[in-house]
Amino acid sequence: MINADQINPPKSEAIGPRNRSQHIPAIELRGATLAYGDRELWSELNLQVQPGEFVAVLGPNGAGKTSLLRVLLGQQPLAAGTVAICGRPVRTGSRLIGYVPQEKSIDLHAPLRSRDFVGLGLDGHRWGFTLPSRSRRLRIDSALADVGASAYADAPLSLLSGGERQRLRIAQALITDPRVLLCDEPLISLDLSHQSAVTELISRACRDRGVACLFVTHEINPILPVADRVVYFASGRARIGTPDEVMRTDVLTDLYRAPIEVIRRGDRIVVFGAEDVPHHPHESGEHR
Amino acid sequence: MSWLQTIINFDNLGELLQIVVPSLFAGALLGLIAGLIGPMVHARDLAFAVHGTSEISFAGAAIALFLGTSVVAGAVVGSLVAAGVLGLLGVRSKDRNATIGILLPFGLGIGVLFLALYKGRSSNKFGLLTGQIVAVDDSQLLALGIVSLIIVAVLAVIWRPLFFASVDPEVARARGVPVRALSIIFMLVLGLAVAMAVQLVGALLVLSLLITPTSAAAAITVRPLIITVLSVVFAVVAAVGGIVLSLGPGLPISPYVTTVSFLIYLGCRVIGAIRQRRGWSARLA
Repeated sequence: MINADQINPPKSEAIGPRNRSQHIPAIELRGATLAYGDRELWSELNLQVQPGEFVAVLGPNGAGKTSLLRVLLGQQPLAAGTVAICGRPVRTGSRLIGYVPQEKSIDLHAPLRSRDFVGLGLDGHRWGFTLPSRSRRLRIDSALADVGASAYADAPLSLLSGGERQRLRIAQALITDPRVLLCDEPLISLDLSHQSAVTELISRACRDRGVACLFVTHEINPILPVADRVVYFASGRARIGTPDEVMRTDVLTDLYRAPIEVIRRGDRIVVFGAEDVPHHPHESGEHR
Repeated sequence: MSWLQTIINFDNLGELLQIVVPSLFAGALLGLIAGLIGPMVHARDLAFAVHGTSEISFAGAAIALFLGTSVVAGAVVGSLVAAGVLGLLGVRSKDRNATIGILLPFGLGIGVLFLALYKGRSSNKFGLLTGQIVAVDDSQLLALGIVSLIIVAVLAVIWRPLFFASVDPEVARARGVPVRALSIIFMLVLGLAVAMAVQLVGALLVLSLLITPTSAAAAITVRPLIITVLSVVFAVVAAVGGIVLSLGPGLPISPYVTTVSFLIYLGCRVIGAIRQRRGWSARLA
């Protein structure tokens, strides 16, 4: 569905920072502890994500998956430990970060076209107002082409499908060439074919551009083929490793401190045992 | 045909126009700010908040009328209080609508009370509810000019991040847009615009200038820039056209303003429906 040639090669200007970032992780958490008041969500988290790496963040509701993204976005301070993006302290509105939330968070009431929506990712945060310009238009065209959305560039957002809107979200997040892409449940409310298409689009864009991707999801199977590593949160702790290292009966049983059974059938995984294992369909209400 | 002549009448229009030049200026200015602010009201789904704010503004103006102080100041204070409260309550329209439903009748009640207590000319009373733009004087016009300038200047600065925060608050916040501060600033700007509109078209009819023109524009295009331009054009046409039409018959301007506004809306809906039927989706494939 998505061809490799639909993704632009990394822009030449990005080579400098990328070479430098060979040594500096795109995302780095050391001894990080997150707490709301007295309630500790997770503690002593050590995580390094390299440029181009795709890391899935899994775990039951309330385990602190979305909160991890909020920490990286500079919206939630850590109770202890340090966090850095490309070696720098986190801050709100960092240009180093692209952000892809759930599809349903787009307001369909507002009248705008695909290209207007993607353009907000480019300069929506800047004061003033937008006047049409050729260079801006070309940049948006190229971002739309990168995600295969050129055909509906001028279509109203309200007439697009969920999968099409998620492509726009990806274009919107990548248009400023971020070093880190944070995705918060981007597959929710998409059907199976769109889930795998969106996942593949994100993973390919990240690999080709050397963008580190943190992908929060409770849909394990669409991301299994592309995930380099998994961060699995449960019981206030996290296990980090390749999918083969983490998605195992003994590892998750130890993590949950409860009997868990992980069954692999071909290239699919099903997790049994925990009351809210991370792929219940009714689990979409985690967000704040 | 005499009934028709009592509502549509162009006799002596030339002479009348000269008398009401300040009113026409006021109408054009009001159309401009209402048309500019409309797209943001639309994007933020604030129609009900506009109605609520205008009733509180009406209450402020009524109290000022009773006390014999400036009606402009009263309308502005009432409006800013209402808009400030709504702005602080945040962006969730579900909570907001209930609050508006509580504030609105209270404001209307207070307004009616003070109008009843007021012993001056009754046309002043009626004007606050249904408009009195023909009676606009130089000081009102000056106030309107200054307030319009403030509104346009503030909107020009916050326009893009405000639109971002309105249609896509989650990503806007992640990109560092001060979503909450913008919400409060916008409500205050909106409050100012409503306060101006209340004095001219009356509390009951503010929506016809702040909501209808943008909805009409949104029915025929989804380009944000064109929506804004059309919204201003429609609002100015409704305000100025309404004033001109009301002169001959000597009736209140509000029915004319609202009718022009409504007819523009109907026309746009028809055009939009025809385009929709012809498969307006702007897809290439």
